Formats: sequence, C-alpha cells, structure tokens
Amino acid sequence: MRSFAYVRPDDVAAAVRTVAAQPDAKFLGGGTNLVDLMREGIERPATVVDVTGLPLEEIEELPDGGLRIGAGVRNSRLAGHRLVRSRYPMLAQAILSGASAQLRNMATVGGNLLQRTRCLYFYDDAAACNKREPGAGCAARDGFHRSGAILGASPTCIAAHPSDMCVALAALDAVVEVESVRGVRRIPLAGFHRLPGDTPHIETELAADELITAVELPAVPVAANSRYRKVRDRASYAFALVSVAAALDVRDGAVTGARLALGGVAAKPWRASKAEQALLGAPATEESFRHAAEVELASAEGLPGNAFKIDLARRTIVATLRQVLTEGGAA
Amino acid sequence: MTVPHDAENHSRLMTQVESPSKPQTAAEPVVGKPIDRLDGRAKTSGQARFAAEHPYPDLAYAALVHATIARGRVTGFDVAGAAAVPGVLTVLTHENAPPMEPPPRPTLANMGMILTGAPVNYLHTDEVHWNGQPVAVVVAETLEAAREAAALVEVAYQESPATTDFAAQEEHAVLLKGNPFQPGTAKKGDAEAALKAAPVSVDLRFTTPPLNHNAIEPHATTAVWDGDRLTVHEATQGTTFLRTHLAARFSVPVESVRVIAPHVGGAFGGKGPVWAGTLLTVLAARATRRPVRMMLTREGVYRTVGGRSPSIQRIALGATADGEMTSLIHTGVTSIGRVGGLPEGVTAPSGHLYAAPNILLRHSQVELDWLPNTFMRAPGEAPGSFALEAAVDELAYELGMDPIALRMRNEPETNPIDGKAFSHRLLRETYAYGAQRFGWADRTPEPGSMRDGRWLVGMGVATAHHGTNRFTANVTVRLSADGSVLVRCALQEVGVGAATVQAQIAADALGVPLDAVRVEHGDSTLPAAPGAGASAQTVSVSASLLAACDKLKRKVRALGEGASYAEILQRAGRDHVEAAVGSETRLGALAGQAKFMARFLRDQRRWVKAASGAQFCEVRVDPDTGEIRVSRWLGVFDVGRVINAKTATSQLRGGIVMGIGMALSEETLVDPRTGRIMNPSLAEYHVPVHADIPPIDIHYLDEPDPTMPLGLLGLGEIGVTGTAAAIANAIYHATGKRVHDLPITLDKVL
Repeated sequence: MRSFAYVRPDDVAAAVRTVAAQPDAKFLGGGTNLVDLMREGIERPATVVDVTGLPLEEIEELPDGGLRIGAGVRNSRLAGHRLVRSRYPMLAQAILSGASAQLRNMATVGGNLLQRTRCLYFYDDAAACNKREPGAGCAARDGFHRSGAILGASPTCIAAHPSDMCVALAALDAVVEVESVRGVRRIPLAGFHRLPGDTPHIETELAADELITAVELPAVPVAANSRYRKVRDRASYAFALVSVAAALDVRDGAVTGARLALGGVAAKPWRASKAEQALLGAPATEESFRHAAEVELASAEGLPGNAFKIDLARRTIVATLRQVLTEGGAA
Repeated sequence: MTVPHDAENHSRLMTQVESPSKPQTAAEPVVGKPIDRLDGRAKTSGQARFAAEHPYPDLAYAALVHATIARGRVTGFDVAGAAAVPGVLTVLTHENAPPMEPPPRPTLANMGMILTGAPVNYLHTDEVHWNGQPVAVVVAETLEAAREAAALVEVAYQESPATTDFAAQEEHAVLLKGNPFQPGTAKKGDAEAALKAAPVSVDLRFTTPPLNHNAIEPHATTAVWDGDRLTVHEATQGTTFLRTHLAARFSVPVESVRVIAPHVGGAFGGKGPVWAGTLLTVLAARATRRPVRMMLTREGVYRTVGGRSPSIQRIALGATADGEMTSLIHTGVTSIGRVGGLPEGVTAPSGHLYAAPNILLRHSQVELDWLPNTFMRAPGEAPGSFALEAAVDELAYELGMDPIALRMRNEPETNPIDGKAFSHRLLRETYAYGAQRFGWADRTPEPGSMRDGRWLVGMGVATAHHGTNRFTANVTVRLSADGSVLVRCALQEVGVGAATVQAQIAADALGVPLDAVRVEHGDSTLPAAPGAGASAQTVSVSASLLAACDKLKRKVRALGEGASYAEILQRAGRDHVEAAVGSETRLGALAGQAKFMARFLRDQRRWVKAASGAQFCEVRVDPDTGEIRVSRWLGVFDVGRVINAKTATSQLRGGIVMGIGMALSEETLVDPRTGRIMNPSLAEYHVPVHADIPPIDIHYLDEPDPTMPLGLLGLGEIGVTGTAAAIANAIYHATGKRVHDLPITLDKVL
C-alpha cells in the first residue's frame, strides 16, 4: 500500500483540524474495512487520522429512554450492551450476524456506517467502476452482481451497502452526529447514505472533513419486540444477500406498530416505509405480511444474477415478521 | 460381514505389522493407533517454520505484477512510478530479467518436468496467455514497498482475441483419447442403443464451476543463491521434483539445488506443480544477488496457481423395471489452458461403479485463454462423482427403488468397463454398516415428507471412490545402539501427519517405542520421494520403508543375537547400522522409474485397485429462504488398512468438508468477457466456515488390501468424492427439487 502519515490525536477538535487541513487524509476507526481497501489500492490516503484515541467510547442512556452511542464504541461492545439487548434486540442481532468475533472486536460504530460496497468490480482496479472512477462505466451490470442492488439502483451503479448494523439503525430512526471545524450537525440515518444516481462515488452526506462522533437512538418501544434475519451464502462470515430488521406491535390481532428495514438490496440501508404503512392497522397475518412486502418491493428491479433477491426479500420479510409475531423479539 | 472400525473407539484395534520374530520386543504396536501428530507441538507453539518464515540477513522482498488482459503482448512498461518508491531495488521484466530456461518436456529421466504448472517462461516472453499472468516482478527492501511498487507498474498491451467463455465453447470440445493413467474415453457394448431400449431411464446434464484450493498458507518461497548454489524454502508438495525442475530452469547441476520444506500449510494439489511465484523468486534472488522472499497475496494465488476445471457432464442411465442397470453413459467437457493444464477426468468413476453391460465414457476438452488448471483433491473423481451419483439417485426415484438398494443391485463382481479383477472391494459392507448406523431405515422416501419444525429435512447417500496409486520412493533407515531409529526420506508433510505414520511403521517394524523414531523429511537432500499427491505418498513411502526395515533387520541379525536389535548392535560393538532402499544416482533413479513403470503396467493388467465408501448426509432446508444446512454426516470407508486412526479420520473428514464447500458454496467466478477471476479472496470465494459443518462421523473398515504393501489403499482424496452428490440427493429428498448445477446456492431451491 501507499506509504502514509499516521497521527493519533486525543481530542476531536485536533482530529477534525488535521483532516480539514489535508484533503488527502482519512479518519481511521477499527480499520476493518479501510485498511483492506488501502491494501487493495482502492483507498490511497496520504494521512491516516486514527480516531480510536478520542473520547468517543461512551454508551449513555438518554432522558427519553433512547441511547447515545459514541462513534468509537466497538461493535461487539454495543451488541453486548444490556440496554441494546433489551430495548433494541434487532440491533444486537444485526451486529452479531456480521463479520467475525475478531472483526467485531475491532470495528467501530462510526466505521461501520462508512463501510464500502463489496461489489467485485469495485474491488478490482482492472475493472470498470463508476464508483471508483467516475465515468469509467459499470462492469458489474453485465457481469457478476449477485450482491447487487434491487432497489434504488441507477444505470451507473448497482452496488449494495454491506452493513448489517445500519439496517437496524435505519429501522430505529437513528440520528448521526457529525463534527468538523465548522461545528456539529445531526443527520438522520435515513438520509445519511445516498442512492447512486449519477454520482455513485458520493456515498453519504458526510463531507470529507466531517467526523462521525455519535449515533443517537430515540426511544422506540416497539423495538423491544424485534429481530434481525440475515440470509447469505454460508452460515457465517458472508455478507447478506438479503437481510430484514423487523419490529412488531400487535394488539387484538391488529398491527399497531411496525418497523421494517432491508439490507443487501440497495446502496443504502433500506427503510421499508411503504411496508410499514401497509402493516399499520392490518390484521397480523401472513397475508398482511406478504402484502406489505409486495408493496415495498413493487419498484424492485433485478438483473439476471440477482433477480432472485426480489422473491427472497419478500420471503424473508414475511418469515421475519411471522417469527416476531409468534416467537417475539430476540437478541 | 466385516465389522467396521469405529474411529472414536480404538480399543479393539490391534494391528500387527511384521514384528521381529527372533529378537523379542516389549514395545506395543502403534500402527492403527490414534497417535498425535509428531509435528503438533511445533505447530501449536509457533516453533514450526514455514517457507516465508526463514530470516536471512539482507533479505529482500518480491511482489508480482499481473497482466490485466487474457491474451496478447506486452508492448511496454512504465516503471518510473514503481522505481521511485523508496526501497525498491529493481523492477524485473522480460526486457531485463536474467536468464531462465523454458521448461523442457517431461521424460522418464526428468520427471521433475511433469510438474510444470504452466509452460511459460515468465519474464522471457512478451506474450500474455491469461488474465493474471505475471509480467513483472518488483524487488524491494520491504514487503510493503514491493507491493506498492508492483501496483504502480504501468503495462501497455496489444490485445489479441481471446477465448474465455467456457460455456460458450462447449460445442467446440475435442474428444480425448485418454492414456493408461487416465482412460477418460472408453466403451463397452452399445450404451446408446441400450438406453433407448431401457424401460426406465434418466438423461441428465450437470455442471460444476471452476474451483480453487485455498490452502491456508499462501504459496511462498524464500530463495538464496550462494554463487551457483541455490537454497529454496518452499511451500511445496514435493522437494525432489522441485529440485530437478529448478536445476533445469536455472541451468545448474541438480546437486547445487536444495529445496527445504519441512512444514507446509495445506496444499490439496495446488502446491504440486511449480508455479510462477517460485520461479520468479529464484530469478529475483539471482538478479539482485540477495536472498529474496515472496509470499503471494491471496489474489496472487488465484491469478498464478491453477485450480480445478469447470465441467459440463451428461449422465444417462437405463435400467430394467426391477433396477438392473443396462446402460451407463457419462460424457464430460472440461477445460484446459491454451498453454497447458491437466485434463480433469470427470468420467473416471463411471468405469468402476456399476455392473452395466453397456457403458460409454467420453471425455472432451476445450482450450481457453485461462491460467492452466491443475490437480485439485480427487481430480476428475470429485466433479465426476457428483454427476454420476446424483443421476443414480434420480434413477432410483424413477424406479421407485431405494437408492442404496439400487446400488447394491448393480454392484459389480469385476471392474465394469474392462472386466478386470478388483484387488479388494467392500462397498456393500460400507453401505450395510452405514445404513444401520445412520438410521437410513427411518427415512421416508417421499420428497418433502420429513420435517423438524419448519425445517424441511432430507437424507441422501452417494458412493465415494478413488483409485489407488503407488510410486517409487527412496528411504534410508538407521538403527543406533542406543535403540533410536532415524528414517530419512524426502517425503512431504503438507499438514496431514505423513511423517507421523512413517514413524509408526518404523517403530513396529523394528520393535522400538514410537518416541525412539525420528523421521527427517521435507528436504531434497534426503532420499528422493514422489511428494504428497494422488493419495499415494503414504502407500509409496511405507512400501520402501518396510523393505528398508527388513534389510536392516537382516543386517543386524547377521551380527549376532540379542533380546533386541539394539542389544545386538551393543554386543557387536557397533554404533549403528543403516539400510537403504532406492538409489540416488541418475542411473539409479532411471532404473527406479523403469521399475515403477513395469510394476504399474503389470499391476494394471491384473488388478483394479481403489478405495471406496458410502457417504450419508442429512440436510435441513428453510422453506422460506432456501437456506441449506448440512445437519449430520456419516462417511464409511474402505481405505484398506489405516495406520493412524486419528490422522486418517482427519483426512477423510477434511475431504468431506471440502466436498460440502463444493456442493453448497464454492465457485471461482471467472468473468467470461475477460477471463479474469473476480472473487480472488476468502471473503468472496466461500469455503465452508465452522458454522457450515456438522459433526462428521467417520468410520472405516480397516481391512487390508491383499495386494498392497501393508494393505494400504490411500485415503488423501476419497473424502471429497461423492460428497456433493449426497448433499444434492438429500436436498431433493427435503424439497423435491433437483439441482444439477453446483454450487447449490439457496436461490436454486427457492
């Protein structure tokens, strides 16, 4: 990999100042994705600003019953946190379904939000990729695209976002707090990641010099009854073909609250708002679940190598909602 | 019926190897026992050094630059960016590399050349033969500098039209005639006519994808020149052939080359041939006059080390209404690199398994501008047994017969394709015992009829089969007056316990305790050995070792009498006595090869020798998502005698794990537009993880083959055979869906 300068500041102000002063600098969290990409030559920062020494490792309960999670909190610690397990089981399950124990021990919350796609052509610099090199073309569309998006893709890019954690965060209306030399701002997770459009190389709303400092979860009572289901090509250590984060509140046989988000299907964690709308007030039955899934997936488009994911997403949504209904939540 | 040996219960196993009859011995026989690997402690404590772990003062590091076109010529390099990286010593290309000879064709006198991975004289040609071929090497003071600089080398090409789409080439496949080692094309009777006439038949098409070995240790070389003397630490399956290969390529006497490889982190065939990384490390060391180390990146392994060919296979079976097989047709199309590779003999199992009076085997091949494919665990038999054994299951359902009953109905008395005698065949026994132990009788045959909660449950079986091979090996044995034994042989330990089993054999043969035996191995200065491959190493080396021990005992007995051989030496005032089998001279090696060929041909006229077995599996399929989980496994094998119950079980189990990967998840994705491998990493090429593997119950019959030394049949590869078919058959039983294309991913059963 390219030789780079390494700094490890101990306060946020110094970290954001360093990156603001050097456009070729990158923040480094656990390094579980960035270092790989640097080894592959896909990322080539001149300076790496290690943010794991910053005081961003707290998990605090908020007055309204929500949680504030420091961006430096390691994935495994978040998944094991008592309040996460009891109030947001889908989040704990999502994290534990990703990567391996070793990687989860290293990976940070902030870094997880910024994971880059696993599209095979993005990883191979001999291949055409609009995300890596704007205007170069997309070799994935007529190539291997099993991992590719079925929702929100564009002619320029069909890459999918690989995170599990973010799928749960999308369902939970998380808010991302970011800081730069210009100050602090808050970005709802739903709008944090972007669809590719004509600019697939711009993946988030985060400016190059902005540092994620925290993720806040509001109180979401329905989330206590939630699950995350990940479907993939082997039992562990593989990215999702399709994943579903689902929470359900049912009274007198009718759905009174629902949260639903999908992973592995789009360039962003996909909040299934249309399905949620369809579920609200409907009888809590397999038929309603199927209808809700179909409403959400009405705009889905597949290519030869990934069209099966439309059916798979429908089936996984129904199966996960059924499981929440019959077996309750689980972390 | 033979009582099978339970691998988890060793109490009843007491194997006798020819013990000294005169001098009595107190040592307990250890052959057959579950002995811990002798290298276990060194490996678990980090003491074992692998090829890229040898420090040398002034060591430099090398990295490869891979072509990004499938076929054409290099028209120029821009190495300015690479040369500017601090620490870079040189960028070697075909414009400036020191001499290296092209690989000569293999002859009886020069068997080292049989292991030419690809007959390309790297860095001595501007031609590109596959997407990923090394076209330059960077040598630098650090690994990081070498790899960074390699990424900065700019290569200009002139592309030629390339053939890179396997499936599209099927119609252009050329029929292979086969050879004595690999008779891929053969016939008996009129199988097509018999198929047409058969009251019950199936006629099916199967495909299997390209696969890669994925040994945990990537290929690695440390090369050191001292004048014209060369020392190489290498991740290889055999030091003897590698030594002769390197001597020929670098124009130095064989005696000037030493290859050292006591520990290798897995191989599976991929470290049998000599590939670019090895040659270019030696070349880089010569160019820089420094010791050079190159450990390939995982991507580098995919781009420079051949894997398994894909296949398209047709199996057609005809039978009478009561299940007598009347016709068996197995045709296969596989690929080979335009510049070389190994014919993947997928039709191999079909000549041996069913007593059909009409058999037709046809193996054809297409040439692609791909990296030459090579040996991968059970070449031919692994993909071939998938197609054959899945088709037999379909025929059983067409007939309304139990699939085991159908197999037993057609179990042959002699080798079906040519009528030769089996030296040994206990397939009936493996099925009978396996069915009982697995609870086959509890299976309700109707697809989809078994459930566990929401999971669909299915049970499947398939036959495992692998031919037995034996090569020549040289061995010396020394017995010292203190009772210690030294076995010296360039056998190769690729992580399976190969040296441990030889220590067991020597201990029993000489009547000494196991810890008195030391085995020196993995070094080309030792007596020549064929290397770890073809399930033949243990068979080959043990034969020579037993002969050497016999020779040694005769020598010792001639010295006098005593309670033990060691005591005879003491009384005779001798420090040690040594015996050797095989000759290290060129003439001796030639004589050895000639002897081998003579025995091979004589044996082949008389016998068909093979290990076989029955694979039983249970799968669960999620009816919502199509996720497939293997939940239970039993393999019952007839592999002749077993020397080490523990390492044998591990080998068989490892083969099954590999077969599970082949069945459900493994696939090398070669982009048909470019011939480029798109998933050259363990993140995207899905080998099974622990969570994919159920407890695997292994049993073997432990019945010696009467025609083989010690009764061994070889067991390195058989575990992978039949595995994918057993899974496919179980998936059908669970879901009612027949999937003919590997890997059986969840989308194929939705």
